[in-house]
Amino acid sequence: MKFSIICIAVGACLSLMVCGCGRHAGTSLTVAGSTAFQPFAEKLAEQFMAKRPDVNITVQGGGSALGIQSARSGAAQIGMADLVELPPEASELLGVTVARDGIAIIVNPENTLTNLSLEQIRGIFQGAIQNWKEAGGSDQPIRVVSREAGSGTRASFETIIGGITLARKAIIQDSNGTIRETVANDRDAVGYLSHGLLNAKVKAIRADGVECTENEIVAGRYKLVRPVFLLSQPPSAGAVKDFIDYILSSEGQETIRRNGLLPAK
Amino acid sequence: MHQTGDKLIKWLLMALAFTALTSLLLIAIFIFKEGVPFIARVGFKDFLLSSDWQPQAGHFGIYPMIVASLLVTLGAMLVGAPLGIACAVFLNEFVPKHVTRIIKPTIELLAGIPSVVYGFIGVVVVAPLIRSQFGGPGLSMLCASLILGVMVLPTIISISTDVLASVPNAFREGALALGATRWQSVHMVILKAGRSGIVAAVILGMGRAIGETMAVIMVAGNTPQIPHSVLDSVCTLTAKIAIEMGSATGAHRQALFAIGVVLFIMIMMFNSIAMMAIKKRFAGK
Amino acid sequence: MRIPPRNTQALAVALLGGATGLTLAILVFVIVFILGKGLPVLSLGFLLDNPQEMGKAGGIFPTLVGTLILPLAAIIIALPAGVGTAVYLSEYTVENPATRIIRFGTDCLAGIPSIIFGLFGFIFFVTTLKMGWCILSGALTLAIMVLPTIIRTSEEAIKAVPASYREVSCSLGATRWETVLKVVLPNALPGIVTGVMLSIGRCIGETAAVIFTAGASLRLPHSVFDSTRTMAVHFYILAREGISNENAFGTAAVLILSVLLVNSVSYWMMHRFISRRTK
Repeated sequence: MKFSIICIAVGACLSLMVCGCGRHAGTSLTVAGSTAFQPFAEKLAEQFMAKRPDVNITVQGGGSALGIQSARSGAAQIGMADLVELPPEASELLGVTVARDGIAIIVNPENTLTNLSLEQIRGIFQGAIQNWKEAGGSDQPIRVVSREAGSGTRASFETIIGGITLARKAIIQDSNGTIRETVANDRDAVGYLSHGLLNAKVKAIRADGVECTENEIVAGRYKLVRPVFLLSQPPSAGAVKDFIDYILSSEGQETIRRNGLLPAK
Repeated sequence: MHQTGDKLIKWLLMALAFTALTSLLLIAIFIFKEGVPFIARVGFKDFLLSSDWQPQAGHFGIYPMIVASLLVTLGAMLVGAPLGIACAVFLNEFVPKHVTRIIKPTIELLAGIPSVVYGFIGVVVVAPLIRSQFGGPGLSMLCASLILGVMVLPTIISISTDVLASVPNAFREGALALGATRWQSVHMVILKAGRSGIVAAVILGMGRAIGETMAVIMVAGNTPQIPHSVLDSVCTLTAKIAIEMGSATGAHRQALFAIGVVLFIMIMMFNSIAMMAIKKRFAGK
Repeated sequence: MRIPPRNTQALAVALLGGATGLTLAILVFVIVFILGKGLPVLSLGFLLDNPQEMGKAGGIFPTLVGTLILPLAAIIIALPAGVGTAVYLSEYTVENPATRIIRFGTDCLAGIPSIIFGLFGFIFFVTTLKMGWCILSGALTLAIMVLPTIIRTSEEAIKAVPASYREVSCSLGATRWETVLKVVLPNALPGIVTGVMLSIGRCIGETAAVIFTAGASLRLPHSVFDSTRTMAVHFYILAREGISNENAFGTAAVLILSVLLVNSVSYWMMHRFISRRTK
C-alpha cells in the first residue's frame, strides 16, 4: 500500500518534470571560456538582458580553451579567449577584440618588495631565484604560484616575459581568484593575475619600475598586456551580433573600464 | 496470464539491470576513444614514467601525479581507517543501543557535508596551521591526507557499523559465555566474522579518496612534483584533469583524457583485487 | 608478556572511545565553524533574493532552486533503474556469469571518480547529444553516479528480507512480481530510503560533475533545459575566487542545514514506516 503511494508520487513528479520541459520563449545564448573575462561577461550580460528581455544569456567559465572548443562545437554561441596568440583551431571562428587586460605581478601585502625587473620575474618563475633576499627582499623562501598549463593568462604571461619554463615547485591554481586568495594567505607567495581582479588583499608590484595601473597600460609603458577575444561562428548575426555590438558600444566599453579592464581601443 | 506478465517483468528488470553496465561501457568508450590513441603515440613509458609535464613543449609525463594520488590516498586511509573502524566497533559493541541510535545518524550527517566545505576548512584552518607549525606552503600532501581522511570517515563508519550489526548475536553471546571480555569477543570473533565487510568499507573509502577532486584541488597545492616530504605540494591525477581541462586543446586535452584512462584502469584493477580478496574469504569458509 | 584480559578490555574501551570522541569532535567543529560564521549572514532576504555582482551581494535564491531540482531529477532517473537492478539480481536470477558481470560493472561504476563522470557528461550529454549545460545533462550524469549506491543499498535491503516472507507469499498463490511488490519492497523500504538519502547527499554536495554538466549559471532556471548553479558550486566559486567570504559562509550554512533537513526527514520517515509496520 505504502509502496504504491510512493510509486504514484514518483510518477507524478516524473510527469511534472516532462511537462516543465518546454523551452521558454526567447533566444538563449551561452557564453563560455576565459575565467578572467567571465565576471565582466556576467555583468555585461546582466545589463544587456535588462535592455533585451527576449534574450537569455548564460555565462560559463572553464577557460580560454573551453571557450574556443565550445564555440566550435556549438555548445556555446560565444567563446571567450584571452590569449596573446589564438591557436590554429580558432581560425575558422570570428574573433573580435572586446577588451585589453593587464597582467599584474602580485605579492602578499606583508612583503616589503615594491619592484621587480622582468629579468627577476623570469628568474623567480623559473625557479632560479628561490629566496626573496636575492631579489632585494627579506630572507624568506619564495613560493611561486602560477596558473595551470594551457591557461590563457599563463600563456600570455610566459610569452611576454619570454621563455619561461615554470619552476617544478610552483603551486598551481586554476583561476585568477584562487591565485589571489593563495597569495593573500601566504606571506612568501608571488603570483600574477588579471589587472581587473586586483584588490586590497594582495599587493601589485612594479614591473621594470612601471606600476600596473590603467594609465600606464594605456600609455603603453606597462608591458604585460594581452587582448580579450570573443569568438563566434561566422556569419555574425542575431542575438550574438547584438550582444557583441553592445559590448563594443560606448556603454559596454564603459562597463568594462569601470570594472578594471581596458577598452578594446 | 500471470505467467506472461511475470516473464515480461523479468525481461524489463533484466534490461534495467544492465543500465549500470551500459553506462560504464559508455564512459569507458568515450574516455578511451580520446585517451588511448594518445598514449600509443606518446609511448607507454614516456607517459607513465616520465616526470616532465609541460604540455606546451610536448612533454606529458604523469609519474608524479600517479605517485601523488597513491600517497594522498594512503595518507587518507592512515587517518580514516583506524578512526573509522574504531568508531564503528565502539558504537556497535560498547555503547548502549539507544545511544548508538543517536550517534550513528549524527555521524552519517558528516557524509552529507559537501566535499567543498571540507576543502574550504582545509584552506582556512588546516593549511595555515601546517604552514605556521611545520613550515612549507601549507597546501600540501599532509593537508590533503588529513582532509580526505576525515571525509572518508562517515563512509567507513556507516558501512562498518552495518556490517558489525549484521554479525549474529549468537556469536557475541557464545564468546561471552566462554568467559571472554567484550574486547576479546570483538577482536577474536566479531571482527573476524565481519572482516570482509570492513574491508569493503575501507575500499569504498579509498575509492572516495582517490576520486575526490574539488577538495584536493583546494588543499593540495597542485604542484606536479614527486614529494620529498609530507609538507610538499602535490598534484593528484584527478586534480590535474579538473584544473587543466578548461584550458586544454589538441594534444593537451587528449593527454588529460589519457590521465582519465589511467585513473579508470587503476580503479578497475583496484576493484578486482578487492573483490577477489572478499571472494577468497567466502570461498574459504 | 600477557596482559590480563580485564586490562586490555579497559585499554580497548579507552582507545575506541577516544577515537569515537575525536570523530564526533571533528563533526561538531565542522558544523559549528560553518554555522557560527554563516548563520549571522542568513536572513529571509539572503534566501529569497537574487544574487548581484556574481554573488558578492544579494541572496542565493537561484542556487537554492538548483539544489532542490538537480538531486531530485537525478534520483527520479536513478531510482527505477537502481531498484530494478537490485530486484532482478536478488529475486529473479541466481548467481551466473551475467549477474557477475552486472555486479562487476556496478562496483566499477561506484569507484569511478566524479571528475570522470563530469568529463563524460560534458562530452556525451553536453557536446555529443548537444543538450548543452543544463539541468537534464547534470541530472543524467548524477543519476549514473549515484546508481551504484542505490543498487547496492537496495540489494542489501532486499537480501535482508527473510526468505520465509517470500515463501509464505508464494504459498498463498502470489506471483513473483506480486511478492516483490507487496512483500519484499515494502520490507526493504527503509534500506532503499537510506540509499536514496545517501545519494541525495552526494548530489547536493557534488561539485566537479555538476560544473562540467549543469554549468554554473546564476539565473533562475525555467526548465530542465536551462543551466543552473547548485549551492555547492556557488559556495565553491565564492570561497575559492574570494568573491565574498561572508556570502560563502552564508551559503555553506544553508547547504549544511539543508543536508541536516534532508537526513532528518528521511530518518523520520524511516522510523515512522518501521513503527507503523510493527503495529
